[in-house]
Amino acid sequence: MAYTLADQFIVDMPAPLREAVAVAPANAEEPKDATARVMAAKFSLGREATTDEVAAWDIDVRPDGQGLPPGSGDVMTGEELYVDNCAMCHGDFGEAVGRWPVLAGGQGTLTNDRPVKTIGSYWPYLSTVFDYVHRAMPFGNAQSLSDDDVYAITAYLLYLNDLVDDDFELSNENFTEVRMPNEENFYPDDRAEIELTAFTGDVCMENCKDAVDITGRAAVVDVTPDDAAARKRREEAAAAAEGTAAPTEVAAAETAPAAPAAPAADDAAGGDAELVAAGEKVFRKCKACHAVGEGASNKVGPHLNGLDGRTVGGVDGFKYSGTFTDAQANGMVWNDETLSAFLANPKTYMKGTKMSFAGLKKQDDIDAVIAYINAEGKE
Amino acid sequence: AGDPAITEMQPWNQMLGDGVDANPYGKPSHYEAHVKRRSVEWLTADPVSSVNFTPLHELDGIITPNGLAFERHHGGIADVDPAKHRLMINGLVDKPLVFTMQDIMRFPRENRVYFLECAANSGMEWRGAQLNGCQFTHGMIHNVMYTGVPLRYILEEAGVKTNGKWIMPEGADASGMTRSIPIEKALDDCLVAFKMNGEALRPEQGYPLRLVVPGWEGNMWVKWLRRIEVGDQPWHHREETSKYTDLMENGKARRFTWEMDCKSVITNPSPQAPILHTKGHTVLTGVAWSGRGTIPRVDVTLDGGKNWHQARMDGPSLDKSMHRFYFEFDWDGSPLLLQSRAHDSTGYVQPTKAQLREIRGVNSIYHNNAIQTWYVNEKGIAENVEIS
Repeated sequence: MAYTLADQFIVDMPAPLREAVAVAPANAEEPKDATARVMAAKFSLGREATTDEVAAWDIDVRPDGQGLPPGSGDVMTGEELYVDNCAMCHGDFGEAVGRWPVLAGGQGTLTNDRPVKTIGSYWPYLSTVFDYVHRAMPFGNAQSLSDDDVYAITAYLLYLNDLVDDDFELSNENFTEVRMPNEENFYPDDRAEIELTAFTGDVCMENCKDAVDITGRAAVVDVTPDDAAARKRREEAAAAAEGTAAPTEVAAAETAPAAPAAPAADDAAGGDAELVAAGEKVFRKCKACHAVGEGASNKVGPHLNGLDGRTVGGVDGFKYSGTFTDAQANGMVWNDETLSAFLANPKTYMKGTKMSFAGLKKQDDIDAVIAYINAEGKE
Repeated sequence: AGDPAITEMQPWNQMLGDGVDANPYGKPSHYEAHVKRRSVEWLTADPVSSVNFTPLHELDGIITPNGLAFERHHGGIADVDPAKHRLMINGLVDKPLVFTMQDIMRFPRENRVYFLECAANSGMEWRGAQLNGCQFTHGMIHNVMYTGVPLRYILEEAGVKTNGKWIMPEGADASGMTRSIPIEKALDDCLVAFKMNGEALRPEQGYPLRLVVPGWEGNMWVKWLRRIEVGDQPWHHREETSKYTDLMENGKARRFTWEMDCKSVITNPSPQAPILHTKGHTVLTGVAWSGRGTIPRVDVTLDGGKNWHQARMDGPSLDKSMHRFYFEFDWDGSPLLLQSRAHDSTGYVQPTKAQLREIRGVNSIYHNNAIQTWYVNEKGIAENVEIS
């Protein structure tokens, strides 16, 4: 398929096949007349979408500015919003935490051995930033930001990439004036010209080369996840094939962990199944950053196992904010009361917390999520 | 004297098994518990936006069982209530429309078998042999039969305006997945599918509704499909700019690289599936596919490409579907360097890693369809290697 770019946005195409009635079935033999009969029909299915319905879902934005809502936001406002909503994954300066996407820097690295593809170094259009933040961010709480918030965060991301000054304000009015530095370096798929011909033709079948050397081995890199269970099955099958006894040695990874102490029969925490089930749903708001349950480990936030009775800031190896470290020094403990107050308004209750979550408005939700965390994270 | 499997009574020879309804929704034998999708933990920041891999080395034929079809999502598995699911068509149409699932089911349906391959399949192998197992090197693919409505029927209900050149499907999940697709493809063979292998789509595959874009990169097959907008230009959204563009050595990047190139891999033997017997007759098998057609031929080498043999194709040969090949031979117990080389119906031949790297460098991440090499030692143990 040889599509060519007419300009940076508009791809010139062959005429649509709107009138086509004899489109070949994709991968089956079918009588053509049956297909044609169906193609000719209109089915009078569905109903007209209302203006409000279209407005509710149609939030997409294009490079030419189509779809931008009225609004504005400046770099300084964006910084505050970014620190609260984005920095825990993307880092204070867009440098990223762990394997979350790097958002800033990387200019001039695209030809390097290890290119750093960021908004500033790689993304061709600013509209992509606005559209994506607007539709999908913050991770785990999508579409919770106002239009002005998104303008402000987008402005701040430009600032982090040294593309605007700190007094810059972005709005629907000046949006399309901002051009991204890497815009010109994208070109349409040219495999049809460059590769399809090069990789078509006669192949050698006999005496194609004199010598073959191994030049690289995955075993040296050694990053493949181990699968002890599958390996044991193979060893048993191999042993059976040789007519010998199956190996009795069980791979260490497969050995069952020591059985946990049996919970008391009248365990109150696990008692209210309905509340716990309701809490599981509420917990969806938390799980982008927190894990709870068997094998839970720290994510963006600390794991929540054994939270009831745990000292605030008490997970070894997790880097807490100053307010949590102070609370830990004071011996503050998580229980129904403290957790409830924290979840109702995290930023007021623990001023300076890194947790960006705005809080749960309903007490029912707070009670449910605490019940769920306690039931799931019982140690 | 004799094999105790024969001479001794086994429990299942004597005792009754479970009755019907022991598993109202059946599942595989517990002896097959190791056959499962698996992920590579270090690959992504979080399992909610991640990928796992189809265990190709445990499968045969061409159909992937629904529970083993690899998963890739960007905001977790959306738990969509079909009664509250809607499909909206808007933009450059005569009349914007809304369909319920019931409405969708009233259109004429088609059944088609297609492979879905992530454009990043084998992406970890660009710089060198890295992962030991075809599940990890090639497992971002599945091949199922879809039941769905041709997208053109639905678009024609709304009436695409003459300047409608592109569509933008959008997902209902928290990532709001969007891609731009040219109208020619939309009106050609795309389906709006609700069944896979006869049953409802699995939640992780977009229940209750997904787009099927035959032969094109898996990211475009928008899951939890809730809206299709018609426009006169592409949208250049995140998944077609910052992702799914192919960075070349000169720092420029290809975009809109939609078609999946012809590709194959030997699934057995492979690092997770060594040869379990000593020398003698053995069965080599694998899969091949092309986003541009069918696979009439696959060549196999046992000596690292000095000599090649035509494999035996078996099973249905369907357009833009996976194909199965076999090569049976007498193994003399000496080490092997195995490769497969697929030819598609356009005459294209699967390239070597060296050929691909010469054109694309090693920074492109996506669309690595190069020939894979497995080294098999005298004990039958297989390893992912690169050769000269």
